[in-house]
Amino acid sequence: MMNFTFNNDWWGLLTGSFMSNALVAGLLIAIAAGAMGYFTITRHSSFAAHALADIGLPGATGAVLLGLPVSWGMGLFSLIGALIIGALGKRASQREIATGTVLAFATGLGMFFARMSSAATKQMQSILFGSILTISHEQLIGFAAFDAVLLLVLAVIYRPLLFSSLNEQVARAKGVPVGLMGMLYMALMAGVITVAAPAVGTLLVFALVVTPSATAIMLTRSPMSAMLLSGVLCLASIWGGLVLAAMFPFPPSFVIVTISTVLWLVARIATGRTQR
Amino acid sequence: MTAHNAPGAARRGGAIVKNADAIVENADAQPCIELRDATVERGGHVIWSNGTFTIPRGTVTAIVGANGAGKTTLIDVELGLLELSRGSVRVLGAPAGANNRRIGYVPQNYMDDLDSNVTVGQSVLLGMTGTRFGLRRVTREQRADAAEAIEFVGLAGKERMRLSELSGGLRQRAAIAQALVGHPELLLLDEPLANLDLASQNAMVELFARLNREWGMTIQIVSHDLNMLLPILTGAVYLLDGHPHYSGMSDVLDSDLLTHLYGTRIEIVTTPQGDMFVTPNPAVEPEGHGTGTLAADEAASFFRRHYRDGNGTDRADGAAREERQA
Repeated sequence: MMNFTFNNDWWGLLTGSFMSNALVAGLLIAIAAGAMGYFTITRHSSFAAHALADIGLPGATGAVLLGLPVSWGMGLFSLIGALIIGALGKRASQREIATGTVLAFATGLGMFFARMSSAATKQMQSILFGSILTISHEQLIGFAAFDAVLLLVLAVIYRPLLFSSLNEQVARAKGVPVGLMGMLYMALMAGVITVAAPAVGTLLVFALVVTPSATAIMLTRSPMSAMLLSGVLCLASIWGGLVLAAMFPFPPSFVIVTISTVLWLVARIATGRTQR
Repeated sequence: MTAHNAPGAARRGGAIVKNADAIVENADAQPCIELRDATVERGGHVIWSNGTFTIPRGTVTAIVGANGAGKTTLIDVELGLLELSRGSVRVLGAPAGANNRRIGYVPQNYMDDLDSNVTVGQSVLLGMTGTRFGLRRVTREQRADAAEAIEFVGLAGKERMRLSELSGGLRQRAAIAQALVGHPELLLLDEPLANLDLASQNAMVELFARLNREWGMTIQIVSHDLNMLLPILTGAVYLLDGHPHYSGMSDVLDSDLLTHLYGTRIEIVTTPQGDMFVTPNPAVEPEGHGTGTLAADEAASFFRRHYRDGNGTDRADGAAREERQA
């Protein structure tokens, strides 16, 4: 039976060393998710982005089976999945049935790998639902390196990527390499998923990568401001989740996803949106 | 001619094109669009063939034809997005695709499915800056160009509105404004009047007329409804019997031709004020032409009897040339 008592020493818990890793991870995840979530929505690729997380699952459990870091396997599988979806073109990323079928199969395969060793079985829960409190210093360095690459690439391809995401046909006619933009988007997205999954897990990653951007799009009037706000909302969800999880005996993933969802719901009601 | 021979024919066409470049110097004298014996396929299936016509600059042309006749395909060919399987196409004095920066393009249902927060101003600006890699500031000239285009289509004061907040008609104007930045010489519009109410259609046609008159722009409009466009058209490309033909307005406005084009009896009505309409007339429906379109061979023989395209070559000449090449 769960005990919903307030933890009086929550500040002590929050300033502990493992918590500082989680807070830094939150910042690095928010930067990546904020930047890429906007493109995910304008490209109508939310479902494909979610699928990347599930395609990463067998990679993650497979890596545990082989004694490798979870992020390596997850990143590799997501990247391969991303490149295949990217190679099939933007329309393919909107093909819900094919994507959903592959997603289900990948999840099944992930479970199969997990059952093959007791170590992987133990890790399964944290891969699916995240364990932001166990993020290591090495992982943080990896996250930071990815964020740097991401921002660098985005600085170069920002306008053509935006043009091809919003107006693909015209962008192609004007000479934008829309195929290459699609591949780069998917490859970067695989990275974002790999970085964000340790925090809330592959099943809940949607709430960190797509939901804050959807909220931000309702509240802003330019791509750049939407990206900044979605980064802030993502950060607020993670940090808010960590604080509340320190105060009350809730799992952090649950609180993070709840905050993200509530923010989205409030924005939707406040702006009177009836669609999407 | 087999598909196997097709690349060779295309190369020969390319060589001719290069020579022509060296000879022609006066750009204004060049036609806007030049198709020579053009055939296009999608997935091994011939969409249309033997297209030979020349469209002059400064014209307003409708691209008409039944559903699936290849109207949008013609736009894709002119933009160089779809390779011809034989023949050649030149746009603004160069092979298709080479001059796309000087072409404004508004696809069908453009901007109808936007899940974004971009505003009119940002969208129009992106038409100019969207092709540039790297971090660059938007220049004052670019902003002025965008403002001019927005002003021209009548969206001044709505720059800060999201596209998703605009009505269909205003969104179509925003799409056209995006195509107008940088003053293109040729404007290609795919079904720009579809899904608009009558008032918006009228306003749109008036806009095309002003673009042609004030900016001297050559305009091509894919449309399934000629009526709205009639007052401003100088000619039409009609996709009939599997071949594209171009002719001036006097030839197009022939009820027999239109009847065959649409497979239903069409009449041309001129009001006392001089306005013209084309209208389906069930009372004079010929037998067997009630619903579907005409069979290809029937339409071909009709066309051979009555019409020739701009260069005086018709379907039969094209076929003869095809045989010679093979």
